[in-house]
Amino acid sequence: MAMLQVAEPAAAVGPVVPRLFRVRGRRRETRDTITVDLQAVAPADESGFTPGQFNMLYVFGIGEVPISISGDPGRVDFLAHTVRAVGAVTQSLAAMKRDALVGVRGPFGTSWPVEAAEGSDVVIVGGGIGLAPLRPVLYRLLARREKFGRIVLLYGARTPGDLLYVRELERWRSRMDLDVEVTVDAAAGSWRGNVGVVTTLIPRAPFDPASSVALVCGPEVMMRFTVRELQARGVRDDRMFLSMERNMKCGIGLCGHCQYGPFFICRDGPVFPYGQIAPFFRVREI
Amino acid sequence: MQPGAHAVIDLEGFGRLLDVLQASGYRLIGPVRRDGAIIYDEISSPADLPAGWTEEQGPGTYRLQRRGDGALFGYATAPDSWKRALHPPVLRLWQARRENGDMRVAEEPDDAGPRAFIGVRACDLHAIAIQDRVFLAGQYADPAYKARSENVFIVAVNCGQAGGTCFCLSMGTGPKATMGFDLALTEIVDGGHRFLVEVGTARGAEILDGVPHRPADGADGEAAAQVVAKAAAQMGRRLDTRDIKDLLYRNLEHPRWQEVAARCLTCGNCTMVCPTCFCTTVEDATDLAGDHAERWRRWGSCFSLEFSYVHGGSIRASAASRYRQWLTHKLATWIDQFGTSGCVGCGRCITWCPVGIDITEEVRAIRETAAAMAGAGKEEHRADA
Amino acid sequence: MQTLEPVLAAHPFFKDLKPEHLQVLVGCASNVRFDGGQYIFKEGEEANTFYLIRHGTVALEMAVPARGGVTVQTINEGDVLGWSWLFPPYRWHFDARATELTRAIALDGKCLRDKCEEDHNLGYELVKRFAQIIELRLQATRLQLLDIYGHAPGR
Repeated sequence: MAMLQVAEPAAAVGPVVPRLFRVRGRRRETRDTITVDLQAVAPADESGFTPGQFNMLYVFGIGEVPISISGDPGRVDFLAHTVRAVGAVTQSLAAMKRDALVGVRGPFGTSWPVEAAEGSDVVIVGGGIGLAPLRPVLYRLLARREKFGRIVLLYGARTPGDLLYVRELERWRSRMDLDVEVTVDAAAGSWRGNVGVVTTLIPRAPFDPASSVALVCGPEVMMRFTVRELQARGVRDDRMFLSMERNMKCGIGLCGHCQYGPFFICRDGPVFPYGQIAPFFRVREI
Repeated sequence: MQPGAHAVIDLEGFGRLLDVLQASGYRLIGPVRRDGAIIYDEISSPADLPAGWTEEQGPGTYRLQRRGDGALFGYATAPDSWKRALHPPVLRLWQARRENGDMRVAEEPDDAGPRAFIGVRACDLHAIAIQDRVFLAGQYADPAYKARSENVFIVAVNCGQAGGTCFCLSMGTGPKATMGFDLALTEIVDGGHRFLVEVGTARGAEILDGVPHRPADGADGEAAAQVVAKAAAQMGRRLDTRDIKDLLYRNLEHPRWQEVAARCLTCGNCTMVCPTCFCTTVEDATDLAGDHAERWRRWGSCFSLEFSYVHGGSIRASAASRYRQWLTHKLATWIDQFGTSGCVGCGRCITWCPVGIDITEEVRAIRETAAAMAGAGKEEHRADA
Repeated sequence: MQTLEPVLAAHPFFKDLKPEHLQVLVGCASNVRFDGGQYIFKEGEEANTFYLIRHGTVALEMAVPARGGVTVQTINEGDVLGWSWLFPPYRWHFDARATELTRAIALDGKCLRDKCEEDHNLGYELVKRFAQIIELRLQATRLQLLDIYGHAPGR
């Protein structure tokens, strides 16, 4: 077993200290989820991002969490983040008012394969808050619409009240060059759309499996069954991409928390080609 | 002198070596006897070293014992490793103040200064090299480790006896130091207490120039080789590393994980004493007024439930999954991540496990029964009841 | 050795099956037992068997990261466990775990698939019976989904 002689030259020193951003806008998406727009205090701290990436957001004195960047990658002034309030930090983020200060480290992680999908159909399958890291790729695809074949968005949430980006969904649904199907697991009285898990939308979705790229994000159980349905339709393992999630602390591949098999989700992911993670995907408690 | 050259220094010369290093601005860190163990702390002279002491180590066992001679380095491995000096257990990352609707964040200055590590074992040399790769050679380097590792002078010491739990031979990491040192010493007690010195780097040669020494002759070389050979022969354990990565990848659902989990307390001792374990966790704190916040980094452990916590619960809730994470990271996924094994065969995890779980035994058990395993073994019994 | 014929014949699932069809099934049957806590099959594995539960309880579970094994339904004495052996890709979609000592008759689905292809009458009899099981489970699942004991809509 070879042992190295001397450490290789140091890479860029990791961002450990957050940059300061202010909340410039906030929109309530659902009962427990809001989208905040953040703007860098110092123009030198502005950064773009590629679809699928995330930032570590810090709330003074409380803590830091990884949040997917959910806005239009074409904008560098504001960075949109969709936050579900489930713990101390996210509840604090969700309650922030305009001009509040937030610490930001990032953007980190791998991105959805937009260039690689050119010339193909693109199937986007989102479950619940999983639509947040997928929205930027949809913006990107629509910005260069002519480069892609059919674009299909399949989105499922728990109830109609849990749907994200409702106005945008309606706008997208009215486009002739985009297929949008939305479903909920359980419906209240006035819902007249699909009811059933999102995987039920896959068999009849209008895409050509032989030349499709699939982008999937949602709870892991949902992704497990989505992969099966996509495989059943003939989508190849190396053309399916999943966004994975694990506990994160440093965001830069040094603290070890986000390991998933041999992969650091903050650095080798969160977007993975399915074929790469297939050996670990169905192992329990990995 | 050039790297690769050999010389001999006596006990007084060794004392002079420590003086020269301190005069050159290095703070010395070396072995001291404290609290019933040999740990690494600041030293200034040979009198601080645990002369005449050794340890008895076994699974879940560590006892200091007196030696029959006055060897300065007559022990094997401390519960501590050089990880403590390079990758501190507790570290403040930054402080922040909140005032007038504004927030100011201040980075922490580095304060390590030049240090000389005295008495680094071959296994620990490899461990340092492994952590160098983790912290310095990835996409992002760790600023704290970078600052602390930049000005370190290493005096390695070859092992004259195997600790009770070591297996460096089968990991290819010892017992002789072959890389990563400025000077390497082999302590020879018989026929006159002296040290054979091997020069590792130009800096090492420079320091040695200030220390009274004589050229090494054949007899010295022979005696030193015997010291190391004795350590190699004593090693009672081995870890079969053939195809280890794929073996473990193929056996992620092996029943052995459940068996070891029945014993494992998930206490995380192994991760604390392991010289390559690097995982950390982060704590954010604020004062009562809420104006001043700090972010601290501490050693973490994959054995904690916090480690894999996501909204809803821990991904690795069972002890079996956490033990599997530790062992497969150490011996398998580490190879994919960093190009080498994560294990240097120092045996500390075996010694300091309260229930004496032996990593070499766990691998052997999986290897031996892996071939016999078939799918998801369910028992079928013929025609009863 | 006593055959399993009387046991199968007495089981409600095989009621009114022609003797020659019963014979085929007996040829594919064996007694099995599972200890409490033992997994009978796991999601993703090849589905080549189905089970008539004679005694005990089986939990149908889904492994949900961070929640562990979530039981979606339990199957009891007299029930049939497993229909994925009938439909491609012949893989289990859930985990099945015996929650207590469970005795069952295991039927070799792989063998039966071939026999059903040869004898469509046998095939029809089996598929009819399974279709009814699936229908009952589906009704039950839909009722479960209603969350009738839960909070008011739009909670």
